[in-house]
Amino acid sequence: MTTHAIPASHAHAHAKAKRYTGIMDWLTTVDHKKIAILYLLAGLLFFVIGGIEAILIRIQLIKPLNNFLDAQTFNEMLTMHGTTMIFLAAMPFVFAFMNAVIPLQIGARDVAYPFLNALGFWTFFFGAVLLNISWFTGGAPDAGWTSYVPLASNTYSAGEGVDYYVMGLQISGIGSLLGGINFVATIINMRAPGMSFMRLPLFTWASFIACVLIVFAFPALTVGLVALMFDRLFMGNFFDVADGGNTILWEHIFWIFGHPEVYILILPAFGILSEILPVFARKRLFGYSSMVFALVLIAFLGFMVWAHHMFTTGLGPVANALFSIGTMLIAVPTGIKVFNWLFTLWGGSIKITAASLYAIAFIPTFVLGGVTGVMLASAPADYQYHDTYFVVGHFHYVIVGGIVLAVYGGLHFWWPKMFGRMLNETLGKITFWTFYIGFHLTFFVHHFLGLLGMPRRVYTFLPNQGFDLMNLISTIGAILMGVGTLILAINMLLSFRQPKGQLPNDPWGDGRSMEWALPSPPPEYNWKQIPLVRGSDAWWKEKMEGNTEMQPAEPLGPIHMPSPSILPFLMSVGFFVAGFGFIYHLNWLTIAGLLFVLLCMAIRSLKDDHGYHIYPEGVKE
Amino acid sequence: MSAHQHAEGHLPHELEKATLEGRNKILGFWIFLGAEVVLFGTLFGSYIALRHQVLDGPPPEHLFQLPMVFLMTLILLTSSLFSVFAVQAMHRQKVKVLIGWLIGTVLLGLSFLGLEIYEFVHYVHEGHKVSASAFGTSFYTLVGFHGAHVAFGVLWISLLTFQLFYKKLDTIMAPKIYISMLYWHFIDVVWVFIFTVVYLMGKVG
Repeated sequence: MTTHAIPASHAHAHAKAKRYTGIMDWLTTVDHKKIAILYLLAGLLFFVIGGIEAILIRIQLIKPLNNFLDAQTFNEMLTMHGTTMIFLAAMPFVFAFMNAVIPLQIGARDVAYPFLNALGFWTFFFGAVLLNISWFTGGAPDAGWTSYVPLASNTYSAGEGVDYYVMGLQISGIGSLLGGINFVATIINMRAPGMSFMRLPLFTWASFIACVLIVFAFPALTVGLVALMFDRLFMGNFFDVADGGNTILWEHIFWIFGHPEVYILILPAFGILSEILPVFARKRLFGYSSMVFALVLIAFLGFMVWAHHMFTTGLGPVANALFSIGTMLIAVPTGIKVFNWLFTLWGGSIKITAASLYAIAFIPTFVLGGVTGVMLASAPADYQYHDTYFVVGHFHYVIVGGIVLAVYGGLHFWWPKMFGRMLNETLGKITFWTFYIGFHLTFFVHHFLGLLGMPRRVYTFLPNQGFDLMNLISTIGAILMGVGTLILAINMLLSFRQPKGQLPNDPWGDGRSMEWALPSPPPEYNWKQIPLVRGSDAWWKEKMEGNTEMQPAEPLGPIHMPSPSILPFLMSVGFFVAGFGFIYHLNWLTIAGLLFVLLCMAIRSLKDDHGYHIYPEGVKE
Repeated sequence: MSAHQHAEGHLPHELEKATLEGRNKILGFWIFLGAEVVLFGTLFGSYIALRHQVLDGPPPEHLFQLPMVFLMTLILLTSSLFSVFAVQAMHRQKVKVLIGWLIGTVLLGLSFLGLEIYEFVHYVHEGHKVSASAFGTSFYTLVGFHGAHVAFGVLWISLLTFQLFYKKLDTIMAPKIYISMLYWHFIDVVWVFIFTVVYLMGKVG
């Protein structure tokens, strides 16, 4: 599978290279490293928007009977905060790292489908923009990120807000699905010679499993959103009880997608952690095979437990018991991972950097989130926790304490590889402590607020119920997290004052996987010669044998590259326009948008892209 | 996958799998079909959950006319057979035969669509509408999604057939034709389930 077959365009070896510069370069790029940067920038943009929404929510809750936000605006804020953070911030962060790292880690020149990769990014981006436009058109969606019916039906959400939710997520969902398919195929087909599955770096493994989850989870969301759209726009009756519909159906469809979605996000975070810890403990990852096994098991069980979000819906004791046990089982493979990380650190010569601080802090924080997860998995007890701040505390411990810490750690770790510059370590450590302390201040108290009975998603509370002080602490924590993120942003901007191209290939000195064998940042073709992988931790093995680069697996020769294309951008514009058509019942606009998409697809089919060739140093043209 | 054969001007037997790009396309398309299985699985699930909610509309056992649906099934299954012949012709490098089978596939697909549109119009006259009941909504969503897939397949295969008239059948064209045929088989398989779950189960109540 990993051999190098004839490029499709042998006959066109001298096709002229079509290159763009400036903004057109970014709009037309199909280079996975540039798409990674696009994903990262988009993710940061929406992370900041979602963060501002969070801080506004917390300011409203700083004291009892506050009137900083009215109830309607508060509902919109909490809906958009959740939707933005999950779909528009965490997802692109995950895809940013996958794009930046996976082809380098498996010894490939690019992903399996560079064109599709670009299309995935642009559909995601235009879907995300469409969703956020709702703020300026008379009201954002306000039915929660889970958009439960009947609340999200025409009867109770009359404006266009929920329509924006439906169309925005539908379009950005196309992008996620394409990205998922792309990376599954890339990891199966594009591995360098010698890179067997059980030699894959853990981040690649985790992303592989996460992408399989994307492929099997996102279509359920697609159908759910279509059904909601039919109900809202075309008088359908999926969820309309008066006409025979069933509201529980939405809950099932949403969580059949929604529960795997949290694993789609956390598995790559586990992967990032498993890359950072061995480098800074200067010790190979403990229990590699059991780590892989645990990933697969978590993903499998993750598909079986969606109804634990619905214990109070009334599914009956048998269903509740089964879903309860299934959920608790997930603690076993997760526990395997936690102990493996601890054993990786054990006896290592640990170097404290910003990246390793995030990775080490991840472990206890995520365990806290896991423990409350097992508490929530107990169906009888869940009747007490359900819809209280206990749940809010739980999922923020796994999402912020898990995914965000891993993403921040990964940013510090791979920033030099992505941009050819280091982030400042002192600022990095200041960010870490500010953010980490702010995080615990914000969310630790939520558990107790929940146990005291404070309901989630309510815009204010009465004084003298024991809520006042904890809410004040929580808001102070949220502001600290904001300050931490601001310092990180400054750190990123400052890093661009360093000249490019000064960094060694392996700036941490202890890199193990193959991305550290390449220049920082790598050339657009990644590998002058596809590397030969001679063991797990391929780059470490070469270093231990005194080599300064990977052994080549092919002779020097011209390198075939795919041509840049504006079509992915244009197709996404077509979807965006069609989305507006649906929201405002403008059939001509919908049809025009979709026809434009079909036209772009036809052009893509008719125009054969032969790509072009690069002649690296030492290769005759 | 011998690069040597190719270099000497002989095309390999399975043209679609001769290049890494071709193999990537085929693998990726299988993964995409996996996603489509979940998509239709969810639609089937919704339909099964809601199919008894007929309200005042005509119940399925009065509505569905099995002879016509059987004819549609026959047409689609035959078109799937034609697409097998098309791939066989492609492996033998017989471009004209390939074009013939592809046109046959498209024509059968079009006649299926024609019958489906006729069927839907008939149902609407009987009072079976999207807005009539949850049964109506879930029926039209499921069967309509399949119909839209057929329509897309017809457009796609037509566009490829058109290209065969002026392009060489090479390692770029072959994977495109191959995956469009995979898609067509998939649509056929989905219809077999629709025939069983929607129409046959609808008849027996």
